[in-house]
Amino acid sequence: MAEPTIYEISSQDRIGFRFPACDVPETALPEGLIRDELPMPEVAELDVIRHFTNLSHLNYSIDSGYYPLGSCTMKYNPKINEEVARLPGFAFSHPLQPVETVQGNLAMMYELQLWLAEICGMAGVTLQPSAGAQGEYTGVLIIRAYHQARGDLKRNKILIPDSAHGTNPATSAMSGFEVVGITTDAKGNVDLDALKAVLDDTVAGLMLTNPNTLGLFDQNVEEVVRLVHTAGGLVYGDGANLNALLGIVRPGDVGFDIMHFNLHKTFSTPHGGGGPGSGPVGVAKHLVDFLPFPLVDIIEEGDEETPPLYGFVRPEKTIGRMKSFHGQFGMMVRAYNYISMHGPDGLRDIAESAVLNANYLLARLRNTFHVPYDRICMHEFVMEGHLDDAPDVHALDIAKRLMDYNFHPPTNYFPLIVHEALMIEPTETENKQTLDRFADVLIKIADEARTNPELLHAAPHHTPVGRLDEVRAAKELVLCCWLPDKI
Amino acid sequence: MNIPTNLKYTNTDEWVLVDGKTATIGVTDHAQEQLSDVVFVEITVSIGDKLAKKTTIATVESVKAAADVNLPVSGKVVAINEDLPQTPELVNSDPYGKAWMIKVELDNPAELDALMDAAGYEKHAKE
Repeated sequence: MAEPTIYEISSQDRIGFRFPACDVPETALPEGLIRDELPMPEVAELDVIRHFTNLSHLNYSIDSGYYPLGSCTMKYNPKINEEVARLPGFAFSHPLQPVETVQGNLAMMYELQLWLAEICGMAGVTLQPSAGAQGEYTGVLIIRAYHQARGDLKRNKILIPDSAHGTNPATSAMSGFEVVGITTDAKGNVDLDALKAVLDDTVAGLMLTNPNTLGLFDQNVEEVVRLVHTAGGLVYGDGANLNALLGIVRPGDVGFDIMHFNLHKTFSTPHGGGGPGSGPVGVAKHLVDFLPFPLVDIIEEGDEETPPLYGFVRPEKTIGRMKSFHGQFGMMVRAYNYISMHGPDGLRDIAESAVLNANYLLARLRNTFHVPYDRICMHEFVMEGHLDDAPDVHALDIAKRLMDYNFHPPTNYFPLIVHEALMIEPTETENKQTLDRFADVLIKIADEARTNPELLHAAPHHTPVGRLDEVRAAKELVLCCWLPDKI
Repeated sequence: MNIPTNLKYTNTDEWVLVDGKTATIGVTDHAQEQLSDVVFVEITVSIGDKLAKKTTIATVESVKAAADVNLPVSGKVVAINEDLPQTPELVNSDPYGKAWMIKVELDNPAELDALMDAAGYEKHAKE
């Protein structure tokens, strides 16, 4: 690789920093804690700056190129979000401050809760979960608490369609439920017969990703919700694909009982190494009492002259805390800013453009690549990264070759129900020229696959490192940054 | 695609070798091809366990995906391939041999009738 490790640029006895003279009495460390075999890189400040600046130039990010990573909604994160999040009142407040001194922050959180509830047709929202998967976990714990509170203790199963996000079964298992898979029908919807066959009074709920991981709107959604409710279960909506629905469909109106939001996808807060996730959860009226504690609320009504006093409340049957303090506050500020910039009509425009972009790309690619569930898609689509007349070329080869053209590869080998899956999510923030360039390159790569498959097998050729040995990386887990034998 | 004719198969890509009252279970050549390089195998049952049909007995993970291995028949576990978790690549190189996962004593040999023969599995795998 072009850039050596920081250990490789280390030079013995080079010093980058001098400690000031000690102004307290010196105390010896306990003997057992002293070690002399811990090598530290010995570098000057400039060495450190150059090293990490050079490494940062090797990053690929949405600010440097197109990033059509399916299921991840890698949209552009407006820079004004960053400016707002750095306002001193937001950036320098502390979660342990008396509530009277952070009323602006609490008002923002309260309003964001209301907005998210309004966007999705839910009655209450917690901002606490720190990522989508933790939002799911919160939701499934609420499902469990809901049944337990009713004395209905035999419900030990959660149903999960095979077109759901992979975190759904993990969440259910972690919450102590048995996971039961439901197959997908020929159109890419939940197979209603398969669902009916397993619905009984041991089902606690069903987790539905809609649009699902095929990028398709589940046309059976109302019937799925009705069947699960009739059996006494609750319906959880995985909100990771909410970008396709903003301002058009409210999951609460369709009958979903719980859902999570990915602020770091739909609401433009950074992700993919750029910042922490944030996974607020919305619930319908009958579940509001189970929301995590603490919840922001108005604790003293205001009047025309005095603003209300915001504070924290404890829902009556709360499942407890999901995180220390109040969640990823900085992400809430960014999402709040994004929603207020767009307003209701702007949010609808986002969904419409995201869906239009995906359908445009699909239309340009469907004659080159096989699309197994080929119908009008939502914000993303899944095609096979495999060509009948280039049998040795796989989705992975196509993904790697895309990097040579300076595109981030799409999600590959997911969902599992599509052979050699390439899952492409263009997002609404890309223009037609970029989409065309991407489609042109994919069509060119298909051509290369037929005429020069070796070019793809050895790709990428123009990146700082070439094809990585994924098998070795998965098997030889070296998690220590310090390898004395190899320095 | 290698599909030995002396084995029985499930539509979820497990194979069963029957020897008297004992059945040996593993995953098929087709399954390992789909998974690509296997990097992790965990057998999640123990000797002596009495298991119902379709119980998950192992998890197989490749660089592409993770998959459960389910018991095609009900029975009591009488042997476990202790070496396999240390050498998961055997699932790729010898799926019908050294990569066997567990052996069970059959509860009900009639359950075998519901499984596919090699021809049936070949047809299934090509779909």
